[in-house]
Formats: sequence, structure tokens, C-alpha cells
Amino acid sequence: MSAPRHRSAIAAAVLMVGMLSACASDSDGADAATEAAGGQAVACPITVADPWVKATDTEMTGAFGVLTNNGDSEMTIVSATSPSAGKMEIHEVVDKDGEMVMQQIDGGLVIAAGGTAELAPGQNHMMLMMLPAPIEAGETVEITMTCADGGTAPYSGVAKPFDGGEESYEPGMEGEGMEGEDMDASASPES
Amino acid sequence: MSSTPTRPEGAHAAPRGVSRRALLGRLALGGVGAALASTAAVPAVAVAPAADPALSGSEGQVPALGDAVEPFRGPHQAGIATPMQATATFVALDLRDDVDRDALIRMMVLLTDDIDRLSQGTAALADPQPELATVPARLTVTVGYGRGALVAAGLEDQAPAWLAAGLPEFSIDKLQKRWSDGDLILQVAAEDPVTVSHALRVLLTDAAPFATVRWVQSGFHRPANTTPGGTGRNLMGQVDGTVNPTSGTEDFDDVVWVPDGPSWLVGGTAMLVRRIAMDLKTWGAMDVAGKEESIGRRLSDGAPLTGGDEFTAPDYEAVDENGFLVIPPTAHMRRAHALAPAERILRRPYNYDDGIAKDGSADAGLIFAAYMADPMAQYVPIQKRLAAADVLNVWTTPIGSALFAVPRGVQEGEYIGQALLG
Repeated sequence: MSAPRHRSAIAAAVLMVGMLSACASDSDGADAATEAAGGQAVACPITVADPWVKATDTEMTGAFGVLTNNGDSEMTIVSATSPSAGKMEIHEVVDKDGEMVMQQIDGGLVIAAGGTAELAPGQNHMMLMMLPAPIEAGETVEITMTCADGGTAPYSGVAKPFDGGEESYEPGMEGEGMEGEDMDASASPES
Repeated sequence: MSSTPTRPEGAHAAPRGVSRRALLGRLALGGVGAALASTAAVPAVAVAPAADPALSGSEGQVPALGDAVEPFRGPHQAGIATPMQATATFVALDLRDDVDRDALIRMMVLLTDDIDRLSQGTAALADPQPELATVPARLTVTVGYGRGALVAAGLEDQAPAWLAAGLPEFSIDKLQKRWSDGDLILQVAAEDPVTVSHALRVLLTDAAPFATVRWVQSGFHRPANTTPGGTGRNLMGQVDGTVNPTSGTEDFDDVVWVPDGPSWLVGGTAMLVRRIAMDLKTWGAMDVAGKEESIGRRLSDGAPLTGGDEFTAPDYEAVDENGFLVIPPTAHMRRAHALAPAERILRRPYNYDDGIAKDGSADAGLIFAAYMADPMAQYVPIQKRLAAADVLNVWTTPIGSALFAVPRGVQEGEYIGQALLG
């Protein structure tokens, strides 16, 4: 069962929310998409199956699901945003001196034409940081991914209670450290 | 009654040396224990092949129930008209104090998606053991709301009268808090106990932010692949459930589905879960004729004592050569027999056997799960008669009772209870 597309209450809700947020971002006129395509909104051809977010009352959490590139050329997801997070990063989990740590994927997440990429706890995932409020179980979290060509792919996932995915976070990159006192103890910037 | 099977009068000793006839007579004046409104039928399971000698024995193949799937969406929730599965766990939940309507919606969104996926053999989102989700084994999960759920949502005025009032006390009840009430119920049933266990893990993980577990009752039933078709038996050995309505009939729909009242519950039903403790030791010590007179049916095949087969109508007027009613006045079947057309329910009970004491006695009985459109009109009159004078009350005691409103089924994109909470 490798996370097949599944028609469900949540999936339907996601579709609805996805359309709404597409409309909203059009009227905002604030996306990179508009610039990239010379006034024409560009849709990043990435869809997300089985999307979910780990519910949390801390300041950061992860978003998961199976991404599919429906386009006929390779696509790189370079960034993501969410109204539920002050900041988002696209992460990989790597073995660093025997400890699994997560860090930003250099250059973004590349998905081959027609290919898929699984985002899962302990593997690649999207990181929501600087959360302004707890993400409560059952809540819908809206996320917009931006592709390298400037196109955007909005979707939403449901917040699930989940105990796993507690790998330590290592920002690793200059200026990427989280603000807030609880990060000072664990973060170990390399610079 | 020449067609009546002969009862060897006086040939059997009643318990503790009391004559059976005297015992039955005395009990007619006032019941002691509890009542099982006989017990549920096992509608034939479509996937279960009839017994085939070629498949029997250790070298035979076990019919594949693992892949069998019950539909999730539809006008009614699954797990009610569904043929009984082999195992079921009932979990009652208490909502946390801070759970309001919005939180209840979030909880239902999560549970609905879990049930949708798991019942179709797909792992849940964030499934801790997705490997276990691949054997649906006819899994159904049925969700019901206790009065407390409506109170938490600020929707008390949407409670049907029977839920607002609750069941009356019955004289035979010895109810324990640990088996009674609850704000929500989940009935989780499947042919495979591993499937039930996994579903519970997923569902209770998602329920945890919203609710705590109030009580859990796990029960079992003969698997469809060991007893294809036919009516089930309870742990007292009785054929139980002969008069259940048949799913797919207008009669069934009339008995089970709510026709009017608060609109969110139309197409839903009432779910009653009563825990009936059985004293199997003293019951087992009684002779066959005594047991048969207690229920009013033959133990061998469930036929009424007035003859025929299991499905022959009982003759409640028939008397024996000594002028005694063949089906005694206190026989369970007579007391449970509907005196008005409305007095019928759907029984879907599971046996429980929750441990054995040092002396070998069992903590066993029946999880009496029953469904009906209106408990006050359909169940309460029957139970009052049973409480007053059912001889089975000697061996059975209701120790738990809980009543829930089961919302109708969901369509694509809906969550369970959306018509109430949305």
C-alpha cells in the first residue's frame, strides 16, 4: 500500500480548499508566478496525495504526503509557504556522525517528469516553523509550494496526532536559524 | 399438543434440589437477574462458502475472508445491517472538557477518514502500522453519539426524546459505571481480530486529543467460515436471534432506521449496548429440559417447544397433558415476544469471556448490542416484561448499559455527523 490516491472526506476537502486558495492567490496578485510568466499565472504541475501535517503545540512541525509531477519535464520545488507557519523549509533527513538530523535540501526537491516523491516522517518532508499558533488535530493546514519556474501549487492537508518524526533539527545554513529561545539550546549553526 | 416433543416430566433435577416447575412458578412472581431479549441472528455472510468436505480439516484451505470489504459510504453507517463479523470491540469515549462543536467536527473528520481507508484495506494517514491495514476482513466501524456529545456541541435541542431522557431503570439491573454510558461509541468489528486491534490503535490515536476511554468491551461470535449461515448461539448454548428482522427488507428498515424527528438523525438509528453477565456455572448444572423451559426453545435446534423447526411460529396457547403451558409463562421467548407491532429490535450481540477465576469460573456473558428506531417504543416495553418475570434472570444480570444515537451514513466528502455538527 504505497499511499494510493484515496477518495475521502479529507481528499474532497483538500480539493475544495485547493481551489479556494488558488483563487485567493490570484486575487492577491502576490505570487512569483505572476512575474515569472509575464502576467500569466503559472500552475506548478505538482499534486499531493494523502497529505497530512503532524498536529503540534510546539513551534514547528512537518508536512507529509506523496508528491507527483504531472508535467512532462523535471520540476524542482524550491519553497513553500503556509498561513499556519511563519516560515517553511523543504527538508531531508541525513546521517550526521551517527545521528539522524534534518536539514534543508540544497537547491530544493527535484521530481522527475511523471515521477513521485514521498514526504514521510524520518524522510524528506516539509517543515513548518515559527508557528503562530498550535496546529490542532483535525485542523486543515493550507500550504503553497513554489516550483523553480515560479509556478505555484496550493494544497491542504489534515493535522494528525502522530508520535513519530522527532528527529533533531539542525538548521545548518547561515541565517536559517529559528527565532525564539527554545531553539537556542538545540540549534548548532555551523558558522 | 401431540406434536410437541415429549418432556420427560420429573426426570431431571432442577438446581439446588428445587423442583423446576416450582422454580419457574416462583420466578413468575418477580424476576431476579437480567434479560437477554433472546439474541442476534447471524445473517448469512456472502463471502462464506458452505461447508465443503474438501476444505475441511487441517489440510483444507481456509476461505479467504481477509480481502472481503464492506462498503463504507451509503445512506446508513456500516456495521448495523452488515452480517455479523466474528469479533467486535465496543469503545465508549468521554469527551475532554474543552471539546466543543468545532473540536468535535475535527475529531469526526479524522475518524471518518480513518474508517473510510481502513475499511477498504488502505492504511490510514500517519498509520503507525500500515502493514496491518492490508487485511480489511469486512471491517466496519460504527460511530454513535451519547447525549454528552450533543451537550458538548451545544446541540442538546437536537437530541431525540429517547436520548434526552435516557432509558428507565429496570428492576433487574445491577449497572456498574465502568460498563455504562459514554459521550461517544465506536463499534469496531471484523472477521480478523488483528484487523480490529489495528483499527482501534489508529482510531484511538486520533481520538486521544479529544476524548478519553470510558470503557471497552470485546466480544466474539462464531466466524462465518466455521459456521456458514444459520443463527448464532450465546454462551448459554441457546440459539439466539431467530426473530431478527432481515436486512434488505422493508420490515428491517421500519425496525431499525429513524423515520422522523431531528433531521440529522433520519436514516440513523439508536444503538443500545448492555453488558449481560451470565452465571454459566449454575446454568450448566441444570438439566436440558430446565434450560429449554427457561428459553422456550429446544437447545438442539432452536425450535419452539411447541414443535416444528427454528423458524416455526411458537404456539403460546399450547398446553401439555397436565394442563401446563408448553412454553411456560416465564420463558424468555414468551416474555420477549412482541405484544405490539412496534416491539421489535435488531439484535447484534457478541459473546464475551474476559478471564477465568482460580476456581475455573468464567467472567462471561453477552454484549447485547441492539439497534432500533425508537428505544422507548420498541425496546423498553420488552425489557420491562423481561425484568418482571423472565426466568433467565436467574442466570443473567445486566451490569452495563449505554445508549447512543447513530447518525446516518456519509456520502463522498462528508464526515460522520455532518448533518448535526456542520
